[in-house]
Amino acid sequence: MIIKTKATIPEREITDQRIFTARRAIIKAAAGAAALSFLPGESLAEAKKYANVPLGPYSADLKPNDFEDVAGYTNYYEFSTNKTDSSVLAQKLTTRPWTITVEGECEKPGIFDLDDILKNNPLEQRIYRFRCVEAWSMVVPWIGFPLAGLLKQFNPTSKARFVEFTTLYNPFVMVGQKSKVLEWPYIEGLRIDEAMHPLTLMATGMYDDELPKQNGAPLRLIVPWKYGFKSIKAIVKIKFQENMPQTAWNKSASHEYGFYANVNPSVPHPRWSQSRERVLGAGVFTPKRATELFNGYGSEVASLYAGMDLKNNF
Amino acid sequence: MVKFNKLKLGIFIACWLPLLWLLLDIILDNLGGNAVQAVHIRLGDWSLRFLCMVLAITPIQTMTNWRGMAEYRRMFGLFTFFYATLHLLAYLVLDHFLVWPIIATDILESSYIWFGIAAYLIVLALAVTTPKWVIKLMGKDWKKLHRFIYLAAGAAIMHYFWQLKGNLAEPLFYLLVIILLLGFRVLVSFKNRVVSRLMLPKGRR
Repeated sequence: MIIKTKATIPEREITDQRIFTARRAIIKAAAGAAALSFLPGESLAEAKKYANVPLGPYSADLKPNDFEDVAGYTNYYEFSTNKTDSSVLAQKLTTRPWTITVEGECEKPGIFDLDDILKNNPLEQRIYRFRCVEAWSMVVPWIGFPLAGLLKQFNPTSKARFVEFTTLYNPFVMVGQKSKVLEWPYIEGLRIDEAMHPLTLMATGMYDDELPKQNGAPLRLIVPWKYGFKSIKAIVKIKFQENMPQTAWNKSASHEYGFYANVNPSVPHPRWSQSRERVLGAGVFTPKRATELFNGYGSEVASLYAGMDLKNNF
Repeated sequence: MVKFNKLKLGIFIACWLPLLWLLLDIILDNLGGNAVQAVHIRLGDWSLRFLCMVLAITPIQTMTNWRGMAEYRRMFGLFTFFYATLHLLAYLVLDHFLVWPIIATDILESSYIWFGIAAYLIVLALAVTTPKWVIKLMGKDWKKLHRFIYLAAGAAIMHYFWQLKGNLAEPLFYLLVIILLLGFRVLVSFKNRVVSRLMLPKGRR
């Protein structure tokens, strides 16, 4: 199933899916040919790591932002509250070896090596719109795998009603953790049905390559119908639990950042409107675009919230 | 209307440089992915900086006894208004392309903008009461009105604070500057009161 193009997306923003796929094939072929023709063998290491990952389902036919827009503008308070400083500071993070601790209401808890997880979960590319609670958005071609497949490997029990995710805590490297802007480590969570939804992605790469460290390497969550702060970075722990997780931004300002944090243009943040968003990379002379309910993924996810008051459960 | 000596001309030209710099960055595409936000921050920052410079003149005069600075206060005040107006226009045009219903919704739902509007209205009132004949006409009220500049500074800083999520360093910096400038005036007036009390004849102390 492919998300239908909404009328609110200007025609020029859209790259035709066939053209896009063809263009990617040409670029990949060219890159491969160039690599092969020069230094057979080692040269392949120079090609992008995930250049051959197939395009998965649920990918929106949107034109991705320039790589620089995504890699040079990150909210990563573990390093800095400044969106460009974090890009520099994050380079100190060591992303291998990397283990994920799985615990709580499941039959197969344990400590797992990330490379083993990646071997068992085939990667695919998903092009999603990413909407920040700060009212800006961008389109990112993520490389990852559905979270559902991963979670099922741990056999969650019937008590597993929520999933909690935790970011690495290491203030010597993550120097932003030395100041108390948020309660560390960063914690996020999803209801189990949200976590099992086929749109929910565990990303390890973007733009055909590994995730840049500032974008949450080596493993981050992507929940495209929720505000960006739900999409937790540098995950070290996954916990199945019966109770709703106490998430970082919710603990910091519960009246401003709810647990659900679904993108919703008709529920303003207490201090700013969410009805429109700035499109990153669009330049100075492009006005804000209208924000879509569930960030445009309503036909896939609205049923998760049937009968729920979205204003109270923001 | 204004007599320009070389220093004054130099400062006047310098006051246009932030705008020139911004236009160059727009042309050269130097503003990064979130270019409109960069424009807003640049123009907002310069409004606040000029406002701080206006408030810095009295303390500098007090410390240096140099009387020639009052004219610059007026110039910096008008540049505060100039950059604040550009800041407002950038919001209306670049963010919303002058679509008024959208602007109305945005303002109603965004309380941080209310502080910005308050600050702008004060700066506007101070700017339109700049001509010498208005000053004469207003008499003592002019000074009373222009004390509102502190309220404008406070509202502008709130406008800055209120739209941020966690990175509060910049507005905190301006808050500190304003507190120092206001604190200096409070200290001076306190000192003057003490001195004048000491200079009164003994019986009336």
